[in-house]
Amino acid sequence: MAQVVLKSINKFYDAVHAVKDVNLQIRDKEFLVFVGPSGCGKTTTLRMIAGLEAISSGDISIDGQVVNDLAPMDRDIAMVFQNYALYPHMSVFDNMAFGLKMRKFERKEIAQRVKEAADILGIGEYLLRKPRQLSGGQRQRVALGRAIVRHPKVFLFDEPLSNLDAKLRVQMRVELKKLHQRLGTTAVYVTHDQVEAMTLGDRVVVMKDGVVQQVGDPLELYNRPANKFVAGFIGSPAMNFATVTMGDGNGRITAKNAGLEIEIPGAQAERLRAHLGRQLMLGIRPEDLHVARAGDPTGLTFNSRVEVIEKLGSEILLDVRVGEDSMVAAVDPATQAKVQEQLRLAVNPERLHFFDARTEAAI
Amino acid sequence: MIEGAKWRTWVYFYLPMAFFLLFLLFPFYWMIITSFRPDGELYRPWNSVNYNPFWTTKPTLEHVRYLFEETLFSAWLWNTTFIALVSTAISLVCGVFAGYALSRLNFPFAGGLGTGIFITYLVPQTLLFIPLAEIIRNYNLGDTSWSLILTYPTFLIPFCTWLMMGYFKAVPKELEECARIDGASRWQAMLYIIIPVAIPGILSAGIFAFTLSWNEFIYALVFLSSPAQKTVPVGVTSELIRGDVFFWGPLMAGALLGSIPVAVAYSFFVEHYVSGLTGSVKG
Repeated sequence: MAQVVLKSINKFYDAVHAVKDVNLQIRDKEFLVFVGPSGCGKTTTLRMIAGLEAISSGDISIDGQVVNDLAPMDRDIAMVFQNYALYPHMSVFDNMAFGLKMRKFERKEIAQRVKEAADILGIGEYLLRKPRQLSGGQRQRVALGRAIVRHPKVFLFDEPLSNLDAKLRVQMRVELKKLHQRLGTTAVYVTHDQVEAMTLGDRVVVMKDGVVQQVGDPLELYNRPANKFVAGFIGSPAMNFATVTMGDGNGRITAKNAGLEIEIPGAQAERLRAHLGRQLMLGIRPEDLHVARAGDPTGLTFNSRVEVIEKLGSEILLDVRVGEDSMVAAVDPATQAKVQEQLRLAVNPERLHFFDARTEAAI
Repeated sequence: MIEGAKWRTWVYFYLPMAFFLLFLLFPFYWMIITSFRPDGELYRPWNSVNYNPFWTTKPTLEHVRYLFEETLFSAWLWNTTFIALVSTAISLVCGVFAGYALSRLNFPFAGGLGTGIFITYLVPQTLLFIPLAEIIRNYNLGDTSWSLILTYPTFLIPFCTWLMMGYFKAVPKELEECARIDGASRWQAMLYIIIPVAIPGILSAGIFAFTLSWNEFIYALVFLSSPAQKTVPVGVTSELIRGDVFFWGPLMAGALLGSIPVAVAYSFFVEHYVSGLTGSVKG
């Protein structure tokens, strides 16, 4: 049980500035997820916490102790790798026992701890097998088992589920969450999959180009993204963006471009008044669009042309063209729509997002 | 596999395969048949009655007996085995460590050093034996097994190093990182994880090194002079060809017995050896 603090962490690979000034407090017992596109520095950050990568500048401390110069073995952490990294020549038991043997635990204690971990993960019957005799999911469990037998202060996960097929991934995700609730060990998890990040994380760190974009709990990231990148990265299908000009129509603030004109209601209008006449980036999530009904005020509806219809069962995704922009609308599965049909869409006025066109920061 | 009519399989697969096998195996067949053929048949003119060069009706062990009783063949066998085993062991130890260091430790000039080692392997032995002979003479090692045990590694170590470098590169680095997080020092991670995983590679390097030193001819010919010190390839060719007289029976028997240990070594480790060459480490 421990908190991990990153203070002004930087990482340079020769001329490349891979991780830029990361400050983070990972709380005790927290499940923190780093998410971002590949090459954003999330794995490098994790490897620096593990001690597998030297820190160029800054301090990392675990449980109050600065660990910058400690070898990986002395940091009391356990790591699960993307390719599992099971020792191929050892049985499942030996794989799990290796860390304990290295730390000179008593034979009895080792046997007991391995059995305990194997029971938690349901791999008790495979203890004598070699890794190559196991399926992907079983190997993943062994890799987890190897981490938990040590009772480390911190778990580090480096995209542990990305080698599994989609169904197994969802299942293991749930198990990981349960495991964390049961053990309560601080965990740092790296993934490029935003769904994994949202479902697993107590808090999520979104990174891009080595810079932390936003830190927050999943719903905070979803509801109040700090910038356009976070808004587009979190949520599936991704948020729709359109460049709009803020105008004043009959005393009401409007967001207007070639395809739409939306009247901004009440409170939000006040905030946007300062941007009158400027171009902003309007963001609308697909799930905040619906086919216009009789009661929808005209100021919140606009015309679109249907280009592609994706029937997912629980909802229908309409790829539509609005003026010069393409948008996706997630609509009720009962909706009758035809390709090339003109369709009037309405937007949920409470859930409009605006971003500065230049800095891309949320307004 | 070849698809279509059955004759196609025969014409495009079995027939070429048969030719290939015949071509490769005939020298061995010739070696075996000559070893067991009595002198009377061996030295009979080709146009004599009932002449059959490919078969014998009166097989004999006379040549093998001659080899062991009239020549120093058993001493040559022992010399060859001893020299091959020791030089292989030296080269393997050096090659495994050097290969690990060059492929895993990021130190300055690692790339250049690797290339340098490879270049030394490319220098032909037919040139290298001249300076080496001088060195052997200066250290008074001439005509001893040590002259070969110490010179064979000059080409075996580069060879093993390169083979092991390739093999270590194929071992995922996460294995080692995981071991180090698990509490192993770099040395322990290498000893308990990397080397056991690399066993197929080590075995293939070992077999190759053993074969190379077993078959080596030039250094053995130059550095050894007294019959009792010789290795099989040199002993057989220098002691069983006297002037222009070829003792074909014992010569072939010597060649046959000399190739058995290598054949055994190959067949014994063949599975490991193949997986070593294809570099397969499955998680």
